Amino acid sequence: MISRLFEILARRIDGPLMVALVLTVSLGLTVVYSASGGGSLDRVMGQGRNLAVALAALWIVANIPPQALMRLAVPAYVGGLVLLVGVALFGEVRNGARRWLNLGFTTIQPSEIMKIAVPLMLAWYFQRHEEGLKLRDYALAAILLALPVGLIVRQPDLGTALLIFASGFFVIFLAGLSWKIIVSLGVTGLALLPVLWGMLHDYQRRRVLTLIDPMEDPLGAGYHIIQSTIAIGSGGVLGKGWLNGTQAQLDFVPERSTDFILAVYGEEFGLAGNLVLILLYALIVARGLMIAANASTTFARLTAGAISLTFFTYAFVNMGMVSGILPVVGVPLPLMSYGGTALLSMLVGFGVLMSISTHKQLVSS
Amino acid sequence: MVGQALRDPRRELTVFRNRLTVAGVLALVAFGLLVSRFVWLQVVQREYYHTLAEANRISVVPVVPNRGIILDRKGQVLAANYSAYTLEITPSKVGNVEKAIDDLATVIEVAPRDRRRFKRLQEESKNFESLPIRTRLTEEEVARFAVNRWRFPGFEIKARLFRSYPHGEVASHAIGYIGRINEADVRRIETAGLTTNYKGTDHIGKLGIEGAYEKELHGTTGSEQVEIDAGGRAIRALSRSEPQSGNNLLVTLDIELQKVAEEAFQDYRGALVALDPSTGDVLALVSKPGFDPNLFVDGIDPVNWDALNNSPDKPLNNRALRGQYPPGSTIKPFMALAALHYGKRTPEYAISDPGHWMLPGVSRPFRDWKPGGHGMVNLHRSIVVSCDTYYYGLANDLGVDAIHRFMTPLGFGSRTGIDIDGELPGLQPSTDWKWQRFKQKWYAGDTISVGIGQGYWLSTPLQLATAVATLANGGNAVHPRLVRGVQDARTQEIRELPIRARESLSIKPEHLELVRAAMIDVTKPGGTATRVGQGAPYLVAGKTGTAQVVGMKAGEKYDEKKVKERHRDHALFIAYAPADNPKVALAILVENGGHGGSTAGPIAREVFDFAILGKRPERKQKLGEEDGPND
Repeated sequence: MISRLFEILARRIDGPLMVALVLTVSLGLTVVYSASGGGSLDRVMGQGRNLAVALAALWIVANIPPQALMRLAVPAYVGGLVLLVGVALFGEVRNGARRWLNLGFTTIQPSEIMKIAVPLMLAWYFQRHEEGLKLRDYALAAILLALPVGLIVRQPDLGTALLIFASGFFVIFLAGLSWKIIVSLGVTGLALLPVLWGMLHDYQRRRVLTLIDPMEDPLGAGYHIIQSTIAIGSGGVLGKGWLNGTQAQLDFVPERSTDFILAVYGEEFGLAGNLVLILLYALIVARGLMIAANASTTFARLTAGAISLTFFTYAFVNMGMVSGILPVVGVPLPLMSYGGTALLSMLVGFGVLMSISTHKQLVSS
Repeated sequence: MVGQALRDPRRELTVFRNRLTVAGVLALVAFGLLVSRFVWLQVVQREYYHTLAEANRISVVPVVPNRGIILDRKGQVLAANYSAYTLEITPSKVGNVEKAIDDLATVIEVAPRDRRRFKRLQEESKNFESLPIRTRLTEEEVARFAVNRWRFPGFEIKARLFRSYPHGEVASHAIGYIGRINEADVRRIETAGLTTNYKGTDHIGKLGIEGAYEKELHGTTGSEQVEIDAGGRAIRALSRSEPQSGNNLLVTLDIELQKVAEEAFQDYRGALVALDPSTGDVLALVSKPGFDPNLFVDGIDPVNWDALNNSPDKPLNNRALRGQYPPGSTIKPFMALAALHYGKRTPEYAISDPGHWMLPGVSRPFRDWKPGGHGMVNLHRSIVVSCDTYYYGLANDLGVDAIHRFMTPLGFGSRTGIDIDGELPGLQPSTDWKWQRFKQKWYAGDTISVGIGQGYWLSTPLQLATAVATLANGGNAVHPRLVRGVQDARTQEIRELPIRARESLSIKPEHLELVRAAMIDVTKPGGTATRVGQGAPYLVAGKTGTAQVVGMKAGEKYDEKKVKERHRDHALFIAYAPADNPKVALAILVENGGHGGSTAGPIAREVFDFAILGKRPERKQKLGEEDGPND
């Protein structure tokens, strides 16, 4: 009976991926405990509940066959787009940005939906046009990507927009967009940088400038970066020990349980801890890419590849910003930071990966 | 599907896998970049960031030492510390300070004086400094504020040590006071390299002993290492080095004698310096009017400050050290010594005094204070009756440079070197001095006024006291001092400060004896200060003096009653007692007191009675009311 239950629970779960995920999430919980000052389990319990919900979602999604997921792609994308337009028209303004939509019973951030919907939509699109892709197909895909990204940039939420753009771009890239076009687009993009700079909001420019010289405004925009760098650097090779980080425990690290949780982790667990975390992330990305390589349909391949690379992007952008080599954008550290929404969209993504990984035999047979 | 190009799944898969490999490699490179960043931060730069993290969390808080206390020669406390609550405001943390103080006034009393003082402090200091609005809060006031404290962000109750001067105005010029450190003090502290030791200290000695012995009194500031959080709140103490209290000062003053002396002045302005003639120890140092040093401790309010600063009585001026007056006839004993020293007079030589003296070639007579003169006058009598005519001729015979040469070792014309600041040197004129000062030649007539302590000659009461101490101790120059010992705060051991070497002036004992005998007769019947010696069980040697405030025209009669109070002559008296075994030597100046015998003399008597007999005065009459000889 128990083995039957286990069979049902584990059937659609990818073992290696799940082990890496659970290890990382557990590590995250211990750091959340430390980052919430130690001595209080409130945040850990809260994150535990978030985790339970997200794992349930992962299991459900993993049990949905890829073909069914493919059918969900268009409604999810269109629905998300409608909500984004809704945000632009009726959205709530918080902290100077229009990102939230009040649905009466709850408030949602539709850009979160797009994190999954965009790669699914583009993968669906390329699957539909898999017979000999032409330049026109890529252009249309680009428009499908540009619509939500443009709406999110206008909110403004540059960080999310960049990540969604990345997830869509990965699909287009994996679909085989020719190098010539990639390179020429890259060159054009570089040439347009000054124009883009002119379009940035003041606070966004300041974040970029702060990265170049954080000491210019040590108590203002530079404070986050300076303090998190000090925390990580002072951790040394082995760290100051769990709950013993002075930067973290004495409140010098801002947003220490959310976006800047890496500073707490790096301070208390040192270089050793950071290497372990990077290794776990690398294993997860590698396993994801393996699943993509072995997937049987174009949709599955592109979706799996894009999800894995997007996950990598999240991890890299957050670690880069907290350690002071990328500008500060509001990106949580995947599987580690406190917060339910990001964890949910992340694990739903891994649910898709597991669905692809465990349903492929059926498709190919 | 018909007509469509055939798919090549294998080729497609290869492209996809190539792309995947490229992406995978790029991801690996990116992770490698992060690893190298972490190695850079956590291995190469670790020391640097460790230092920064420690600097973040560790705050060094100064622990201010207790200031040393000041004790008089009998152990009475002259300056002490007490702990009290103050309510302080950091203006930068309060939006509308005026309004906040109005609100505060509904909770605890805020006097207009407190507001004025606060305003003045605010103008003088920086906005982020915490400044007292109320001092010496009662327990009840502290409690009442505590209940309402949420209404007053930027306000803070602090327990602080305060300086108090239990005797108030008494000896205020000698003791001095402490006040809040101002910009000039900060610069002084910086120059002395004491900035670290003054961290956390906000008061410093400004005047008198408090100012001059700041180094002994202040002590060594300790420090406490405190772990703080990002909001600056202290979490726990890490280590502490105790401050070392300032040393206690044992001063030479006898505060009871000082009180007697100050009271003896009644409502007169003036100065008194009483010395132990054998050591130069200052037993009393009076400058009237005085001021209450307690006013300065919390920062003086503008009304009191203006009152002190603009008063025509100049209560802040230390007349004993800074008042430069013509010494008048009090210098006659020294002139007599000079006459004997240079062989210009013998004790027996006598003149017949017609009441005036003529400088050869000058038609204007120099008048004696007594119309008609004193008759036959020899050296002894010249002092007893204070004969001017005798000294006119003597000065002319000596010449101003010989007088200068003789008076300089006695301390005239230069600072005595007393151990507090602000002393002025007076003026002992000479031909050189006049040439340098005015580019003018010295006239013979100039010398004649100098002979009776007028003209260019100016002395401070302190100089006169020092000079009379030399007469009292047998011809040794002394250096007055106010502090005789320092008591170590830790060991309680007392370190006696050395008495500055006394120099023996080459005055022949027999000359000294002649002058001292004459000074004793000054206080006996027939002398100018008869009342001083009247009924005293000990002998007093003294000399009266009068210093002109307004120049008199020749032939004009000085009538005390007709002259406005402020234009009356200053009264002077120098004396020591007991004459056969001197314990106290003093100099007294009473501004606009008329003449020395009747105004300054009785003050001397009260001081001697208390110092020698321990007898407190029963005051019968007002100073100066008794009629006596004029000079």
